[in-house]
Amino acid sequence: MSGTEFWTLGVIFGMACVTLVPRCFFFMSSEPWHLPAWAQRGLQFAPIAALAAVVMPELVMARGQLISSLQDARIYAALFGAAYFFWRKGQGQAVLGTIVVGMLVYLPLHLVLGW
Amino acid sequence: MRRLYANAQAWWRHPAFNHGVRDMAVVLPGVAAWGLMTGVAMVQSGLSPFQAVVMSLLVFAGSAQLAAMPLIAAAAPVWVILATSFCVNLRFVVFSAHMRPYLMHLPSRWRLGHGYLIGDFSYVLFTKNYHHPAVDESGRREQMAYLSGSTLCNWVGWQGSNLLGIALAHAIPTHWGLGFAGIMALLGVGCSLASSHLRRVSAGVAGLAAVAAYALPFKLNIVVAIVSAVALCLIIEATWPKAPGVSGRST
Repeated sequence: MSGTEFWTLGVIFGMACVTLVPRCFFFMSSEPWHLPAWAQRGLQFAPIAALAAVVMPELVMARGQLISSLQDARIYAALFGAAYFFWRKGQGQAVLGTIVVGMLVYLPLHLVLGW
Repeated sequence: MRRLYANAQAWWRHPAFNHGVRDMAVVLPGVAAWGLMTGVAMVQSGLSPFQAVVMSLLVFAGSAQLAAMPLIAAAAPVWVILATSFCVNLRFVVFSAHMRPYLMHLPSRWRLGHGYLIGDFSYVLFTKNYHHPAVDESGRREQMAYLSGSTLCNWVGWQGSNLLGIALAHAIPTHWGLGFAGIMALLGVGCSLASSHLRRVSAGVAGLAAVAAYALPFKLNIVVAIVSAVALCLIIEATWPKAPGVSGRST
């Protein structure tokens, strides 16, 4: 095994450790400890905030800049995907439908029109 | 050891296990397309297939894998690569605070195992299904069965597609943009959470903040976005506690 190969495997192992720490951060220790009530109330807003924070830049940014043109397949895919969700809400496979509709809008615009 | 096995079996056989698998199966096409493209990206940016497989199995964190790739390719200092992976995963610190009361009844190595397996989708689906930690043994068993079902389904789907991507790395061009299906899956799950006014406020604030703070290093914009959205929602809730429709307790 060459030196760089070894270096890379070491880095990968290190990554496995440092990505595990945040995942277990608050439940690693067995010490009794309770979240303050306000934090517990606040946590109900965290999941949707995390999703929005991950998704939004992926829709409206390119190469670190806000996109300046509306000829971008991602925006229309997201609009149609979300519209489908709220149209079919509560009818089982709405999330799956969002993925399918979003990609049906995205792929032609992206691959054929180059948006 | 026997007790651990009995524990695992009790979860495996519980109907909630299948429920968890089914809930995850709905977003699996998005997870799989995303995993496929992450596998492709790992090899195309210069990892050997062996290294890519090791990374996929050990790290199991899509966003951290993708963020570290260009740094590894450029032979960046190790601490920069590790700091980046850590910070990209910082949102899980918030998730772990949320999951703590649900998991503390388990021995620590099981908690560690759940920590490794938990991903964005499993966290969101779990907390959407169970608003409060169970108070009795049968409730705990049901919650752990559900969590195991959804995380294992996610793990198998992600690993399978990741390995496929590594194998097909030179057959699937990244410019097709198949990985975008992962974003659509996140969007769909996000829509399913938008069930109260304050939750929608939270999503809006976090989305704007993540874009505004995009220039921060290590994807810290995501952490800034979560913290500011949650803080603003708490302030609104405290300022107008009885405003019509502002009840965050719905699904």
